[in-house]
Amino acid sequence: MKRTYVMAALAAAAALIAGCGSSSSGGGSADTPGVTATSITFGTHQPLTGPAAPGYSEIAPASQAYFDYVNAHGGVFGRKIRLIIKDDGYNPTNTVNVVHQLVLQNNVFGIFEGLGTPTHTKVVGFLNSSKVPDLFVSSGCPCWDNGSTQPETFGWLPNYTIEGKILGQYIKQHLGDQKVGVIYQDDDFGQGGLAGLKDELPASQIVSAQPYQSGTSTLAPQVTAVKASGAKVLVEFTVPIYTAIARLTAFTLDYSPQLVVSSVGSDPITVGKLLSVISKGKASGTALLEGAITDGYLPSVGDTSNPWIALFKKIHDQYDASAPFDGNVEYGMASAYTLVQALQAAGKNLTRQGIVDAIDNDGGMWTGPGLVPYRYTKTEHGGYAGVEMGVIHGGVIVLDGKPLTTDPTAGSAITPYTGTQPAPPASGVPSS
Amino acid sequence: MSSLAAVARPGGAVRGSTLVRSLGLVIGLAVVLVLVTDALGSYQQLQLAQGAYYFAALAGLTVLIGLSGKISLGHGAFMAVGAYTVMLLVGQGWALLPAVAAAAIVSAAIGIPVGIAASRLEGPYLAGATLAFAVGLPALADRFPSLLGGANGLTINPPAVPSFLGANVSLEQWQAWIGCAGALVALFGLYNLVHSGVGRSLRATRDDEIAAALCGLDVARQQTLAFVVSASCAGLAGGLYAAVLNLASPGAFPLTLSLSLLTGVVVGGLGSLAGAAWGAAILVLLPSWTNSLAHSLSLGTNAQGNLPFAIYGLVLIGLMLAWPSGIQGGLGALMRYMSNKRRRG
Repeated sequence: MKRTYVMAALAAAAALIAGCGSSSSGGGSADTPGVTATSITFGTHQPLTGPAAPGYSEIAPASQAYFDYVNAHGGVFGRKIRLIIKDDGYNPTNTVNVVHQLVLQNNVFGIFEGLGTPTHTKVVGFLNSSKVPDLFVSSGCPCWDNGSTQPETFGWLPNYTIEGKILGQYIKQHLGDQKVGVIYQDDDFGQGGLAGLKDELPASQIVSAQPYQSGTSTLAPQVTAVKASGAKVLVEFTVPIYTAIARLTAFTLDYSPQLVVSSVGSDPITVGKLLSVISKGKASGTALLEGAITDGYLPSVGDTSNPWIALFKKIHDQYDASAPFDGNVEYGMASAYTLVQALQAAGKNLTRQGIVDAIDNDGGMWTGPGLVPYRYTKTEHGGYAGVEMGVIHGGVIVLDGKPLTTDPTAGSAITPYTGTQPAPPASGVPSS
Repeated sequence: MSSLAAVARPGGAVRGSTLVRSLGLVIGLAVVLVLVTDALGSYQQLQLAQGAYYFAALAGLTVLIGLSGKISLGHGAFMAVGAYTVMLLVGQGWALLPAVAAAAIVSAAIGIPVGIAASRLEGPYLAGATLAFAVGLPALADRFPSLLGGANGLTINPPAVPSFLGANVSLEQWQAWIGCAGALVALFGLYNLVHSGVGRSLRATRDDEIAAALCGLDVARQQTLAFVVSASCAGLAGGLYAAVLNLASPGAFPLTLSLSLLTGVVVGGLGSLAGAAWGAAILVLLPSWTNSLAHSLSLGTNAQGNLPFAIYGLVLIGLMLAWPSGIQGGLGALMRYMSNKRRRG
């Protein structure tokens, strides 16, 4: 009796698996998955739930909003862009699962802006061996930047080391030889940033560098250690939630150093909201961030006179109005803009190899919402080549108008970028 | 497997027939699974492989809870031990098969001290202790970043499909076979254990510890043994996880994994190996179904992201209300009802 149950159960389970989800979309075009005469389908993995969701869950819907806008303006070569958004909860097991589902079952053309280093590093091998374009990863890990071994994978954010170097140079030039303390996330993000900082500042000036593990609920030990070291400048390579926690902890410890926060964790709207939530309303919004030094590679969301911000605000109000118009939304739209540029450059006869070649050959010359050029060549797949420094004033980032570029190699020079940012095309859609 | 088979005490004719029956069962299932994987698409093959490693973990856990009466909220941590073992050994140049076997052995070894502690704890104290294990262990990766890869974890290359299979067998199909082979090994070992003298002693201990002790059974030893066996199965599951998904990272073995293993055991049918198969199917398929359902409703992104968890919870509550003894128990009741009805005419 027992045996028949086991048999029945396993056979039924197998039948269930066989029966489920055979609904593959895409198809149509014989040789290129995810492309038909009227549509292009991309997939993405995002933390819609879980620890990384606050703020970051807005990114993919903002990209979707930009695609909706492009689709309403005729799409790209008559094809409408579809984005299948899968939640991975920032858990690599789920990332591997949903990316396989997107590629093998949903037949997507490529993966777009997959978010996170610990998550996305687990699918880079699969995507490259399956020759699936892996475009504009949402993480500044230096690990995407290798066109020769990972030809399908392209970063988009400025590499964390590049950002750390430029922050370090700014401290050297504007804050003199004051003692510097660092709080950093103990992964590629924080370690890369710290490496860049050390490249610019003498080792003796960094008096305390305190790592924290993502997922911890307190930064009291780290902030206490930095305070005890006598640091007058506190550099943070933190995601928004930890920027908020560190700020509140410093406040309660009566420690007020000059804050320098990486662009990853400095969006004033996101951090301000987290500050009031964590302090149960005691800290009002962005006041605690006043005067913090940060950087950006896109125009500041608060700069309403910038035509790119005006364009993105218009699209946001029309297609994504339920989300706040903050740095995450701007990020999603700007990243989507780059994807449309790539699709235009790849031409009417879209193939997977074609879009990779287009980015390799032309990507370095594209201009758009970014303040600095992209580092895209056949071997360099690194994303934005630099950042612009700025200060948080009145709840918005005020950039200093002097974009800087460099590369992640130790000791290489930081140079001003003199190209000007063009206005967006009148239609709001990049042309081919 | 050998460690599991070894615990089946020689028991005369009963042992022989159990062995033959379990061999027949395993071979039969192997044939069915090979045929089934051929009919599946690549993604479903991956799902089958995932179901297979969940089965190994659930089967071990269901034997622990059903046979010894002990509970564990920490089996996700044993999976982590297994997965990291395979990562490190394959990184050292080991072949996959011995690495997966080593994963089961290493987990069993770590299961010994935890099992000894478990045999002395009861109810909420045991739950708390194993819970702490699940929460604490993955943090080791952050403590030894150069060895264990820190928060980012470790990856290996996918196992190469043996060349004698030719181009007909895809990577996903091969991974499904690896997963299923491991699951069948666990099934074989546990089936023999459950039907052996050891299994009977465990059941006696579970039902009445004092009576069992009076019969001369070493209660603590029995319970430790059950814990070690189930830890070893979870380690095997972790090893298969590494073979299928080719990664190990702290974020992949959160507390929720340990809790969903327990959920799978209870929903599938506590104490039954077939129930473990149902539980594995639920753990793999239900999230994917609830996601598709949430997507088909075209809601806002926030609702879409969180709705699957709500549906998942509702389905579990519904299942438990309808079939308190799990799917396997419910099916058993259904079959009995049908056959009674037929007999009455």
